[in-house]
Amino acid sequence: MSSIIKKEYDIPANDFSLAGEASSSVRKLLTQLGVNPTIIKRTSIAMYEAELNAVIHGNGGKALVEIFEDKIEILIYDEGPGIEDIELAMQEGYSTAPDYIREMGFGAGMGLSNIKKNSDKFVLESEPNKGTKVYITLYLY
Amino acid sequence: MTGYFHSVTLEEGKCRGCTNCIKHCPTEAIRVRNGKATIIKERCIDCGECIRVCPYHAKKAVTDPFTMMSEYCFKVALPAPSLYGQFGQDFSRERILQGLLELGFDWVFEVARAAEIVSDATRQILKSGNVKKPVISSACPAVVRLIQVRFPNLINNLLKLESPMEVAARIAKHTISKEKNIPADKIGVFFISPCAAKVTSVKAPYEKKESFVNGVFSMKDIHIKLLEKMKSIPQDYENGLVSSGAYGVGWAVSGGESNALEIPKSLAVHGIHNVIDIFEEIVEDRLKEVDFVEALSCTEGCLGGPLTVVNPFVARTILKWQIKKAKNKDFSQENVAEDYQDLLWTKDMEYKPILKLDDNMMKAMIKMQKLEEINDGLPGLDCGACGSPSCRSLAEDIVRGLAFETDCIFKLREKVSDLADHMKAFEHIYKPKIEDRNIPAREEEDK
Repeated sequence: MSSIIKKEYDIPANDFSLAGEASSSVRKLLTQLGVNPTIIKRTSIAMYEAELNAVIHGNGGKALVEIFEDKIEILIYDEGPGIEDIELAMQEGYSTAPDYIREMGFGAGMGLSNIKKNSDKFVLESEPNKGTKVYITLYLY
Repeated sequence: MTGYFHSVTLEEGKCRGCTNCIKHCPTEAIRVRNGKATIIKERCIDCGECIRVCPYHAKKAVTDPFTMMSEYCFKVALPAPSLYGQFGQDFSRERILQGLLELGFDWVFEVARAAEIVSDATRQILKSGNVKKPVISSACPAVVRLIQVRFPNLINNLLKLESPMEVAARIAKHTISKEKNIPADKIGVFFISPCAAKVTSVKAPYEKKESFVNGVFSMKDIHIKLLEKMKSIPQDYENGLVSSGAYGVGWAVSGGESNALEIPKSLAVHGIHNVIDIFEEIVEDRLKEVDFVEALSCTEGCLGGPLTVVNPFVARTILKWQIKKAKNKDFSQENVAEDYQDLLWTKDMEYKPILKLDDNMMKAMIKMQKLEEINDGLPGLDCGACGSPSCRSLAEDIVRGLAFETDCIFKLREKVSDLADHMKAFEHIYKPKIEDRNIPAREEEDK
């Protein structure tokens, strides 16, 4: 089945002020569709975290959002350095973010687990030097 | 209360149909149709942004007339703390409160004092730990309405405590009816307001069935009258009317409410568009390590209210002086909430999903698809000439059946140009050939 609504967003590299723009527009879209507020909140948290990862670690990338009759599928991908050890990266508190980013209050190592916690399906695909793909699915009902 | 009451209204005769108000409305609640602005009642949160930006003063806040006072035996004035910032340093609080008495009120109860009681209740609630953090202040009614229509996820973060105005009204009524033995319905309690949203919150409360306030007067309406009365009151006049401390007076300005809480992790934001930005951060879990958010719709807080007289930045300087003066004889520690349970909202607030395109999600999705399609075809200038605040909102209005694509001046021009092309093409097809002309028939035509 094909999606009813399809949106694509650019995620800029290294610009925190613009991180969250895509998740913010998606939230507005879901509000207009009348999606349950709790699902909207979970979607926007998961998407924001993934977006932020692409900003901090991935030199920016793209977000692809597809809305189906019964679910939301989000793909966030970058062509950054990729993740060497996915299992390690998934651990709460593990972070490779440089100090200056931590000083800004980001990079606490909670991003990926936060995405997992807020999504119904979460797939992480990454290889060193080949970028990272984050697939997030949330069911609407 | 049925339907929607709003203090913010349009005076149609003054409206020229410009695009200033539609561009500034934080909930996209205004459209210009047939050359006049119209307010979508379901969406309006009474923030008063449109009152501020309208160059023709066509937007106004409906408040109560002073004649309303004559309906009551005993009249109490409830001055908002922002009133203290509306006069220069020659005007002490004592003088202002005395001036109110001379305007015909029988008693004055400072809302600033009630603010200190609310602050104390808030401290107790925050300490109890039984809250969803960050706790968002409910002091500004426009902000509460904003949450109700745009941020359903934040309803549970709201501090569900009565506003200082309500607390003041309740105490005032209670005290007078007890001390003077006057029935409560003969006591008129009047709030002197810096904003329209407070009027709406009295006429159509969201937190309970009925407000304790009987009428709301505009600070603008009372300003000159009060100034006149105060002229004859000596500068160092003393009366026992001042009962609030520095904390309560400080509530008038952004940061005052958080300051009164004496907690380190608080955030104060003012200006409705800044408030929206902070709320988006909260919804996305981006705002960490903040326990309390004080959000005020107007720039500089209540001192910037659309019904105030003095420039908010000037008023802040005056207020600083009032606060300093209040510190000399501070009542802040005396005004406590004995039982905060008593101050809690008695009605829960429901989310009003005004933004959704259709009650049926599948239908909404199809409309959204259409909306995106239309939006892609619009110029993206957000000029507002169509009467909707942005191209996207025009697309939204079209799918809702409230506007047409040709309301867009660029789309109309395209259509006209297409039409002209068609006409040219027809001209070519039906070009009469002179040699084929039937001369007698033409003669007939000439007749």
